[in-house]
Amino acid sequence: MTIFLSHGQTGGVNREAQRDSRAVRWSVMALSLGFLLLFILLPLIAVFIEALRRGIVPFLEAIAEPDALSAIRLTLLVAAISVPLNIVFGVVASWAIAKFEFRGKAFLITLIDLPFSVSPVISGLVYVLLFGAQGYLGPWLRENDIQIIFALPGIVLATVFVTFPFVARELIPLMQSQGTDEEEAAIMLGANGWQTFWKVTLPNVKWGLLYGVLLCNARAMGEFGAVSVVSGHIRGKTNTIPLHAEILYNEYNFVAAFAVASILALLALVTLVAKSVLEWRFGHELSTGGKH
Amino acid sequence: MIGLSSLPSGRAAAPAPSRRRRQRRALPGFGLTLGLSATYLGVIVLLPIAALLLHAASLSPAEFWAIVSSRRAVATYRITLSSAFYATLFNAGFGLLLAWVLVRYDFTGRRLLDAMIDLPFALPTAVAGIALTALFARNGIFGQWLEPMGIKIAYAQPGIVIAMAFTSLPFVVRTIQPVLEDLEVEIEEAGHMLGATDGQLFARVIWPVLMPSFLAGASLAFARSLGEFGAVVFIAGNLPMRTEITALLTYIRIDEYDYPAAAALATVILLSAFVMLFAVNALQLWQLRYMRRS
Repeated sequence: MTIFLSHGQTGGVNREAQRDSRAVRWSVMALSLGFLLLFILLPLIAVFIEALRRGIVPFLEAIAEPDALSAIRLTLLVAAISVPLNIVFGVVASWAIAKFEFRGKAFLITLIDLPFSVSPVISGLVYVLLFGAQGYLGPWLRENDIQIIFALPGIVLATVFVTFPFVARELIPLMQSQGTDEEEAAIMLGANGWQTFWKVTLPNVKWGLLYGVLLCNARAMGEFGAVSVVSGHIRGKTNTIPLHAEILYNEYNFVAAFAVASILALLALVTLVAKSVLEWRFGHELSTGGKH
Repeated sequence: MIGLSSLPSGRAAAPAPSRRRRQRRALPGFGLTLGLSATYLGVIVLLPIAALLLHAASLSPAEFWAIVSSRRAVATYRITLSSAFYATLFNAGFGLLLAWVLVRYDFTGRRLLDAMIDLPFALPTAVAGIALTALFARNGIFGQWLEPMGIKIAYAQPGIVIAMAFTSLPFVVRTIQPVLEDLEVEIEEAGHMLGATDGQLFARVIWPVLMPSFLAGASLAFARSLGEFGAVVFIAGNLPMRTEITALLTYIRIDEYDYPAAAALATVILLSAFVMLFAVNALQLWQLRYMRRS
């Protein structure tokens, strides 16, 4: 098991269980609704309120400014590289882990869980210590004129580190619960491994895969700590959207900071909606084959 | 099923017939997929972490100890641990309440509420950090009421607790929810008919079943809170000895190019993360066994 969220629950409520007295019911409902509104929803709304505090024009100006545009481009580029890498890894790793038994499997799963449990600062630092100027590979990289830290490769590496568990963690339990019977049947009927994967396994896990990709992408675009350590904060060059928002915020340029942050808030909303739609429509195909 | 790797390595050693059958039944691609995953994990995770540990090991034990036991560092451990503890306490209460409402009550908008629980998970932590700061700073929606009452949240330790609580709330709710759903109502009703009060029912029937997952969820939230960075740095104020978390001190050392110190602090964080991971896994195993038994 892992440090990971299970899916939102799609099952019905226990209607019979609703025998709490009216007073209890109302106070519990009011308390939890109030809490959710004030503590969870209000921060999200605050992003948009602060971004639009001086009207729509400064908001648009902050987003259309060259440094902001370059941050958006960089974020999209980083996600476009790291998400596909992690899809491939996720599929490959879950094939090995879910379809076969081997020694060291628990260790492999622990390694996959690791990014969830270490602080993102560490996730960035390890690459600085490996590839940075004082890192173990630093001198060799400098001789060969390859820059990883404070450049795109470092940002991609840090993002990959933080986000690779999402796809794998989604697929492993799903593929485990589906077993190997269908694949074995396909192989016996003469399909090769590749055909079996594309025609049997992938259709069975496609919604789970999409679910993992959604979460992976949201985290890839929003990652702050790890990317902050390896990026070097070069304005217009190595700043992603969250880093650009941070710089503006630290310059007390709050409207612009929240305007840039609102892009990420929108991304979070879209992710949440897409995730919920997947859970509502394909909940049975996402769940790991019945409750534990 | 016996996998390929557990078979004797020498194929010429003529495996027993049953084994040969199993071997033929196995799907293709084991070597390829395991090799690729191991390589990927090796390059992305193991090699960089080895670099970190090597850096930390290049310090003499005395130097290492001086860094990780300095007054400033110890203050960050105290602040990080106590804030994560309070955030977990906060979430244990509200998480249980939310899970209860989502499972036990039927009302319009229940699904919307359910989806909202994951917002802290989807919202980038830096965005959560500046948004919470905007709400709790002196001129914010909450801050303007709380600060005149003498309650300072932003730029003080309660701010760290709030940021950690925000980002780790989903873990508690999502761990408790499935267990609550599986709870058999008949037992409760039987208890009720036998004359048990609501309080007795909760203490004797619901709580014993719920407790393992409650603990597992709380430990997940605690682990997440220990690692939180993005949301915390904006709201904490980051005063050394007062509102500085360990991850931030590490970050400052990196910024100063003091890599040995950063590596030493990072080793402490990494080790505590491993301990947490182990504890969480143990709790979750216990929870699973508990659920199967009931």
